[in-house]
This record gives sequence, structure tokens and C-alpha cells, in this order.
Amino acid sequence: MTGITGTILETVLTTAFAVADPAAEAAGHAGAHGGGHGATSGGALMALIPLLPLFGAVLVGVFACFNEKSKLPAYATVGLLAVAFVLTLITYLGWNGHDPIQVRLWDWIGLEWGSGGVGQTLDAGFAFYFDGLSLLWMLFVTGLATLIGLYASEYMEHDAGLGYCRFFGAFNLFVFSMSCLVMGDNLLMLFLGWEGVGLCSYLLIGYYYKKKAAVDAGMKAFVVNRIGDLGLLIGTLLTFTTFGSLEFTELFATIGHGSTASGAPLDATWQVWAIPLLLMMGAFGKSAQLFFYVWLPDAMEGPTPVSALIHAATMVTAGVYLVARMMPLFVADTQLIALSVVTWGGAITAFWAATIAMAQYDIKRIMGYSTISQLGYMFFGLGVLATTGGVFHVFTHAFFKATLFLSCGAVMHGFAGQLDLRKLSGLWKVPGFKIVVIAMLIGCLNLAGFPFTAGYFSKDMILAEAWVTSDSTIWGSSWAGWLMLLTAGLTAYYTFRVFFRVFVGPVEYHPGDDLHDHADDAHGEDHAHDAGQHGDHHADHFHPHAPKWAINLVLVALAGGSVLAAGLYFVGDHHGWAGDMVHASSAHFDPAHIGDHSAAVAGVGDAVAGGESHAGDAHAGDTHAAHGTILGLDPHKYMYYISAIVGFVGIGVAFVLHFAGRTEAATSRADSLARAMEPVHTWAERKWYVDEFYHFIIVTPLKVISHLFHWFDKLVIDGIVELFGGVPKASSESLSPATQTGVLHDYALRMVAGVAVVLVVVAIVLY
Amino acid sequence: MIDTVLSGMSSLPSMTLVPSLAQTAFPDAMASSTLNHYLFVSAVMFALGLIGFVTRRNLIIMFLCTELMFQAAGLAMIAFGRYHMNFDGQTFVIFVLTIAAAEAAMALALVVLLFRKRESLDANLWAELKG
Repeated sequence: MTGITGTILETVLTTAFAVADPAAEAAGHAGAHGGGHGATSGGALMALIPLLPLFGAVLVGVFACFNEKSKLPAYATVGLLAVAFVLTLITYLGWNGHDPIQVRLWDWIGLEWGSGGVGQTLDAGFAFYFDGLSLLWMLFVTGLATLIGLYASEYMEHDAGLGYCRFFGAFNLFVFSMSCLVMGDNLLMLFLGWEGVGLCSYLLIGYYYKKKAAVDAGMKAFVVNRIGDLGLLIGTLLTFTTFGSLEFTELFATIGHGSTASGAPLDATWQVWAIPLLLMMGAFGKSAQLFFYVWLPDAMEGPTPVSALIHAATMVTAGVYLVARMMPLFVADTQLIALSVVTWGGAITAFWAATIAMAQYDIKRIMGYSTISQLGYMFFGLGVLATTGGVFHVFTHAFFKATLFLSCGAVMHGFAGQLDLRKLSGLWKVPGFKIVVIAMLIGCLNLAGFPFTAGYFSKDMILAEAWVTSDSTIWGSSWAGWLMLLTAGLTAYYTFRVFFRVFVGPVEYHPGDDLHDHADDAHGEDHAHDAGQHGDHHADHFHPHAPKWAINLVLVALAGGSVLAAGLYFVGDHHGWAGDMVHASSAHFDPAHIGDHSAAVAGVGDAVAGGESHAGDAHAGDTHAAHGTILGLDPHKYMYYISAIVGFVGIGVAFVLHFAGRTEAATSRADSLARAMEPVHTWAERKWYVDEFYHFIIVTPLKVISHLFHWFDKLVIDGIVELFGGVPKASSESLSPATQTGVLHDYALRMVAGVAVVLVVVAIVLY
Repeated sequence: MIDTVLSGMSSLPSMTLVPSLAQTAFPDAMASSTLNHYLFVSAVMFALGLIGFVTRRNLIIMFLCTELMFQAAGLAMIAFGRYHMNFDGQTFVIFVLTIAAAEAAMALALVVLLFRKRESLDANLWAELKG
């Protein structure tokens, strides 16, 4: 007996040691990583930034379990997000301004196979990486999430209860995922966040789950994003097989040597252009560019705070972040193939979306198309090596587009879901809407690129670079630049089309379909009583519901932020604050380095001398004469005037068509012009029939094929299966009257006979 | 004792029906009986049980016949277990005995209930469940 016991004891002990060994190793490993990358005591604080919203999501879930009916979930969310914002701010202020900070929380995925050499170990920690780029993103993500959460506390008040909890749960989870995406220290963390924000986007677009359009829109967003995500996933895997690591610092170090992990020269590989193109595919999916843009306009079915936060300010810029973050890889290709595609993809999308926005009547959809268009600007900026401009535009756009969306949301909230610009006019004179109108004006000026607004500066930084970067570096960059300049004019027009029609002019409004939302507070103190409604049957007793303190406060804060963001252009050492942040991140690259490569390949080395590091700086242009020009002028100096003129023309056209001399909500002048432009106007209004086209080439064939397969499955596959099942069934049915007597002995005898037959058969077979 | 048994395992003739090891371990008890004897008894018991079950109509007798088949199977298992010097057979039979005891209690209770319904133990009176 003792022998056996001893053996068991020994086995248990061995197993325990076998388990303990890797654990000890891992612990030591984590320690080595943490120490090696100089994690500071502030690391714990930074780790809290994503964990606070995650905790918030759980907390809101607990509220939901207790069926909390008050606004507590909203205020808890806002409080936690505000703390996360303050922590981000502390991190930013405590950052030395150039070295990345790395915090490794724990080992996440650690694999080793083969001999464990290069390309045979995968070590992805649950770790964060802070450099200028992630900090810039985190500042506006947490800041805007806090403000928009506060806005939503009022906007979603009609759903207080479980719907409220569902909303804020997904809201918190979104901020957590976005933080993982932006702060992740390897491509796998980024992918985790990338899928997380996609999920939250899906959940929140389909928030009004009883509305078919909303559910369909959520599904569309999810499916379209899957296609892009496939590119990102393949790109990530290729990155690993090529460079042997997914961790940013190691990855960039390998790329910096100009060779793959196995030591082959990078220029000679096909991966050098394939990986950026695949990553770009992911970015284009998430950021609604080129063929993938169709999901974003439909995503406007979600609640407006969601449109503002996820589908305008933060999530859709994840693609821009990805390209900026992986910039070393994009510029490693001496021919800059992927960047040329990014440039043209952005430019075409920006123009395309702007043309659609011009003919839409739903103000939220106009803002949705405008977001697509502005994202096109950002990609265009990255493509023409104006990284600073692109990133700065992300930052300014986050503020002014959130302002625009939230103003539209306030209108929607106040007019029972009315979004049709033909049915709203003169809100300036409706009591209680002054702040909304002013916020909207500030947002519109930014979007239109009105001089000295933040949007004006960030757009200039991008546009000027289109001519500075020569056509031979980025294929046809100046031509794309002309397209973007035209788009700037269209943007100014459609932006002020909304403003002149809805927010100023004669007072006229018709409520939307959501009158039930309005019933409980229809006779509140702060409602308008004397507005000049017209013949709608609701109109007799409809009073616009003016926004209360939370919405107004947030609008003031965001409009103020949009204005102040312009000031960031004038601070810092590298062409604005955004330039400083980009300079201290992986998005920064040495233009001379690209010059060398280009010189070797295309002989245009000096043409890009004024590349990224001089992006958009008029004064720096003086000392670097050898760059491209626009009509013989220095783009760094004259783009300010050119784009201002373009903006004024756009606003002027909108003024003439939609405001001057208008006495009713309808605009006869614009309508007659639209009629004169038929059928182009209808095509644009119907979004150039792209959805119908996709339906025709993708959805319909899939449906036909699935129906064919369905019938094949039903007739052939099921037929064969049922044939096998049918034979015993039919035979037993024919035999049952004779055999199913119910007498115990009959059954017993037959069983014995059956066993006997089996035994005899077995015996015959065996012997 | 276990050590003795285990060490004896290697000297066990592989295909013989005579358990020579058992003879060394328990010289008196197993001296004259071989595996075949046990299996023969087991088969006879099983056949008796089976025939009884199929031919008799009395519920109690039928039940006793099933018990007989049970024990026949148990006997075979113990005999094989002993022959292979493996205790699984005995262990299993102890479980079977336990469960058979519980099952007997239930079966007899059922028989009592059936008897109360029809005032008879004839199994053929119960033939409603057809098909």
C-alpha cells in the first residue's frame, strides 16, 4: 500500500512543479518587460484609463439587474469617464514629450513553437503604449466621451430604465474598447479594441431594436466591417510572419533596419507593399472609405449621441489611427504604393460623399456623409505625407463634428424626431434654441473651413501638402489636391445649406413621428407657445421641447472646444501642438529617408524635402524652396487664401440659393435649380444608387445562390437521409400489427431470438 | 500480500485455463476448480433464468428469474476477474449486488401494486401498451 501512496504523492508533486515552473517564468518575464521598458509608478494610473469604463460597463449592468429607473447609470458613467479623462490629462502632463511610455499589465498571449527562434515566438502582452499619437487620441476620446455621456443623460431620458442601462453599458464598453485600440502596445491589442468598438457600434446602432431600419443598419455596419477586418487580420498575420513580432517597438525597430526578421532586404519583398495595403483595407472598412462607406450613413439610425461619439468623433477615426501608427511600414516601401492608394481612396471618397451630402434632406444623414468626406480628407492627408495635418484634422473634426451632431440631436429631441430640412426653418427665433443655433453655427464654420477656425487650419495643412509632395512621390497627388479643393467648396455649400434652411430664415416647423416621447412633458414651462406652425394636424398642440441644462452645457463646452482647438495650431515646436504629438510618435518619419529611397527609385529625392515635418507651416516654407507649387505659388503660403476663397464661394452659393429673400421653409430658387439639373439631382439624392448597385451585384446573387443551395439541401441531401430513415420506418409500420401485442412474453421471446441470431452470426463470422 | 500477487503475475502462463498462480496463492480453495467450472455453472444459471422468465407467467417467479440471470453474470465476472488476477470483476459485482438490492425492493413494490389492481399475478393480464 505504501508504494502506491508514495507514487501518487510523487505524481501530484511533480505535476505541481510542472505547473509552477512556467508560472514563475512568466512572472519573471513580465517583471523583466515592465522593468525593461521603464514602467513608472504612474503605470497603475494609466492602466486605470481603460479599466474605469470597463468597470462602468459592469456597474451599469448591476444597475440593470436592480432595474434602476433613475438617471444614476448616466451619472455613474459620466463620473467614471471624467476620472478617466483626468487620468489621461495627468499622464499627458507627466509625459516627457518624446519617449514612449509602456505599461505591461499581464501576459496575454505567449506562444512558442519549433525551436523558438525568430518568427517562432509570439508574445503579446496586455500592455499599453503611450506616445504622442495615443495620447492625442486618448485625450479627445475620453474628453468627448465624458461630454457626450452627459448629453446622452438628457437625450436618452425617455428611455430611463433598462434601455438607459443598455445604452450606457454599451457606451462604457465602447470607451474601454477604444482605449484598448488606441493604447494597445501590439497589433493584437489593437485588434481586440478594433473588434470591440465594432461590436459596440453594432449594439448601439441597433439600439432601437423594434425599428427594422435600425436593426438592418446595425447588421450592415457589422457585415461591411467584417470585410475590412479580414484585411486587417491578414495584414496582422503577414506582419508577424514578415517581421517576427507584433509589438510596436520591436516592429518599428525591425522596419527601421530596412530588413525583415530573417534579414532579407525589405525593398525586395512583396510584403512591403502588401501589408500596408491590407492594413489600409481594414482602415477603410472601419473609417467608411471607398467601397466600404455604405454602412456609415445607415448607422445614423442609432441614437444621436452615438452618432456623435462613435460614428463621427472617435471610432471611425480608428482607421486613420491605424495608418498613422503603422506609418513606418507605409513609408518603408520606396514606391509608396499603399500611400498612393490611401491618397486617392481618401480623395475620391471625400468628393463622392460630398456630392451625395449636397442632395440629402435628412440633416443627420448630411452630417453622416460629411463625416465620410472629412475622413477622406484625413486619409488624403496621411497619403500625401501630411501626417500632422491628417492627425490634427482628426482632432479638430472630433470637436466640430460632435458639436454638429449634438446640435442636430437637440433639434431632433426638440421636434419629435424631425430631421427633414424641408420641414424645419428659422430655429433661431424658436425660444430656447439660441444655444443650439450658435453651436451649430460654430460647427458649420469649422466644417466649411471658414478662416481662422480650427477646421480651416487643419484642412489647410492637408491641402497644401498635396502640392508640396510631388506627383512622382505620391501618384498624382496634385490632381487629387484639386479634387480636394473642389470638395472643400462643396463642403462649404452643403454645410451652410443646412444652416441657412434650418436655423435661420422664417419660422416654420412640423414635428416628427416621435410624438409619444413628448407626451409627458408637453406642457412644461420652457416650451414655445407662439411659433408660426403650419397646417400639420399635429401642429395645433405641438410645442418644441427646448433642450435643458445638460444638452446646453455640453453644446457650449464642445463649441468652445471647437473654437479653442484653432489655438493649438499656434503652439508647439513642430507646426502646432498636433505636430509635436506626431513628432513624438511612430507616425513621425524622416522625410529625407523617403527622399533617399525615392531618389534611388524615381529620382525625385528633393521633391519631398518639404514632407511631413513641414506640413502646413507657411513660414517653414521659406527655407525649403525646393518643393512643389500650386500654379507657380508656394502652397505653404498661398493655400490659406485659396482655401478661404473656396470656402467663401461655397457659403455664398448656399446663401444665394437657400437664404437670400426666402420667406417660407421651401426654397424655390434651390428647387428650380435642382429641377434644372435633373436627373443628376435625383441621382445624387438617391446616393448615386450605390446601395442598389451593391444589392444587385452582391446581395441578389448571394440570395439566389442561397436559395439554390437551400433547395438542393431540401431535395437531395434531406431526400437521401430520409430514404435511409424511411426504410425501417415503413417496414416497422407494416409489421407492427403482428408483433406489437403488448404481451410481455412475446417481447421477451423475440428479444431472446434476436440475441440468438446475433450470436449465431458472430459465431459464424469468427469461426 | 498484494506485492506477492503482483510479483507472481509475470510467471502466469498466458493461454492456460489452469490458474497456476491462484494455486500458489490459495493452494486449498482453488485446487480442483478451473475457470471452465465456474463459467459452466454461470451458463446453466443464466439459461435457467432465461427459460423461467420466458415460460412462467407469475410476476414474482419472473422477477426471481431475472435475479438468477443477474447472479449468473456476476459469477462469470468474478471467475474471470480471479482468473486474470484483476479485481475489477469483484468490484463490479459488489456494485451490481447493491443496485440489485435496491432494484429488488422497487420491483417487489411494483408487483404488489400490480397485484392490487388485478388481484392476480398473471403477467398476461397486462397487455395494454401496444406499439
